Amino acid sequence: MEYFLELVLGGLTRGSIYALIALGYTMVYGIIELINFAHGEIYMIGAFTALIFTSVLTLLGFNEIAVIVLASLLAVIYSSAYGYTVEKIVYKPLRHAPRLSPLISAIGMSIFLQNYVLLAQTSDFLPFPNLIPEFEFIKPYRYIISSPEIVILITTSTVMILLTFLIKFTRIGKAMRATAQDMNMAMLVGVNVNRVISITFVIGSALAALGGVLIASHVGQINFYIGFIAGIKAFTAAVLGGIGSIPGAVLGALILGLTESFATGYVSSDYEDVFAFGLLVLILIFRPAGILGRVTTKKV
Amino acid sequence: MIKFQEIKKSFLVSLWFMFLTFPIMVIRVNPIEKIVEWRWKNMIIVGIGSFLLSFVWRYMLKKREAGEKRAETWESGKTSFMQRILEERRFYIPLVTGLTIIAVAFPFIFSMYQTSIMTTALMYIVLGLGLNIVVGLAGLLDLGYVAFYAVGAYSYALLNHHFGLGFWSALPIGAVLGFIFGILLGFPVLRLRGDYLAIVTLGFGEIIRLVLKNWNEFSFGPSGIANIDRPGFFGIQFSLQAATIYLYFLMIGLVIFTIIVVNRLQNSRIGRAWIALREDETACQAMGIDKTRTKLRAFALGATWAGMVGVIFAAKTTFINPASFTFLESAMILSIVVLGGMGSISGVIIGALILILLPEYLRAFSDYRVLIFGAIMVIMMVFRPQGIISNIRRTYKFNE
Repeated sequence: MEYFLELVLGGLTRGSIYALIALGYTMVYGIIELINFAHGEIYMIGAFTALIFTSVLTLLGFNEIAVIVLASLLAVIYSSAYGYTVEKIVYKPLRHAPRLSPLISAIGMSIFLQNYVLLAQTSDFLPFPNLIPEFEFIKPYRYIISSPEIVILITTSTVMILLTFLIKFTRIGKAMRATAQDMNMAMLVGVNVNRVISITFVIGSALAALGGVLIASHVGQINFYIGFIAGIKAFTAAVLGGIGSIPGAVLGALILGLTESFATGYVSSDYEDVFAFGLLVLILIFRPAGILGRVTTKKV
Repeated sequence: MIKFQEIKKSFLVSLWFMFLTFPIMVIRVNPIEKIVEWRWKNMIIVGIGSFLLSFVWRYMLKKREAGEKRAETWESGKTSFMQRILEERRFYIPLVTGLTIIAVAFPFIFSMYQTSIMTTALMYIVLGLGLNIVVGLAGLLDLGYVAFYAVGAYSYALLNHHFGLGFWSALPIGAVLGFIFGILLGFPVLRLRGDYLAIVTLGFGEIIRLVLKNWNEFSFGPSGIANIDRPGFFGIQFSLQAATIYLYFLMIGLVIFTIIVVNRLQNSRIGRAWIALREDETACQAMGIDKTRTKLRAFALGATWAGMVGVIFAAKTTFINPASFTFLESAMILSIVVLGGMGSISGVIIGALILILLPEYLRAFSDYRVLIFGAIMVIMMVFRPQGIISNIRRTYKFNE
């Protein structure tokens, strides 16, 4: 029973990280109907930036809390800046091109960013400092849940509530929903669509960076390649929940996290990634629209 | 003259990129020894580089817009230089004769090493042409093409290891297995939208690699399979040198065979269905084309070629392990197709030669190879989506 509980909590932690990344996919998809292939790389860059600034700030003699807050903040800022730039280079010039073009250019950008980090930094795994301190009150339950897991769960739920608030109740959220529904119509009523798209990329990237920092400090090591697998898994989560739907992405991510946690806990950890892909293929066969996605019929 | 405003714009761009690349390019940390290295030189390089590149970027964007306008008004009046060479017999025949002479003489003029590299380039030509069926003609983005390549390579390696099967009997088996895997994978995903296909094939490529890596009893795990037989000729086994030349001519033969097949396919009923499907799925279905089946054919045919080249790859290197079949390989083949021109045979050939031979001879840049692949994909898509040599659609002229 304790093992089961441990797996559930482990799965939820994993799932909530996937959710942070999956939200970026689903938001971008909701608006421009394209998969942002470079999203995984944004997450990786977030983790790297956090690692770099943690080391620098620690050496400069900041105290622990300041290091955590500043490094995470800088990671979020830099990832957003990268997301913004990627959109300007890869997607904006191809807004009216056939669908295949932005897909290929985004994959190119993803390969470029991976190798950019590889060449500028290193190909080795770098140890990531554990940013999250041990809490006293958690000690008795330590064999079930660790304090990083609690921090991750609390952070992601807070972020998701904030995001829902942003999309439901603010001006920019309204503009985003309008653009997602009909880009031309939104333009006609005076929504600055280019700005909305930029903001979507920025928000998605910021969430990915947050996910990157959290998971890197949980797992304890990063390298230039982490964005690839994380990207595919988050995408699986987004598709599972129904791409384009924000609650769907969260739900899909949690299901994926739990599946993986149980599969590795009870079956084998060698094929961890294979389970995720298997799940993806199954959904695509039986319910391509996802759990919460609407089945849309295209009118011609 | 360059206006002040332009300079200001570029200056801002270069400032932005200096800010953007600051943590990754300038600082390098060593968390184990707790050393931080500052590389300010890189920042200057990025600043100057992005300053100049932003001019080029804007100039190219302007040129592209001008090109689009011209295309609208003239309705493609002129054919380009390369297209004229390929269309007119006057240029076409000497070109082919020249190429044939070079191709035949190549292994006798150049060293074994050069011949071996050329064989690799030829293999990528065939892989590129195979992927070209899927991406270029049918417009399906396949990011796991290397999976079928791995299937071919492993089928020969395993059959050879366990049953001592020779190269020539393994070649069709590899092709058939590639075809079957193409259908198996294609069947569930081809009913879906294009972007789903991209990511599922990406995942599939990784699955195959992970299975090959982890399933030790079947594939001998990460250590791979060694001592695979080189191809023989009716039971004769060659020396290393002769085998290299033999493989070279074998590849030349396969390239010619592939070109003929792809060329015939392009103008066939299926080929036209693929192109039509790429342009407009809905219209195609209205015309009575079975969407899934047509796509599946493209997918499986592309996979067949990958399976075949996989067998040759195993025979050429005589050693394979899962590390040869990473996503990078798929990306490389894709950039060959994208650079050369989607749907264009001559484009793919030139693309493969550029992307495989140039890094071999420019060793200094070999670290940046993959970086450049990525950059090529972005730049080609933004500025020249039709590739170096765009696909010539067969047009029938009305002569009065």
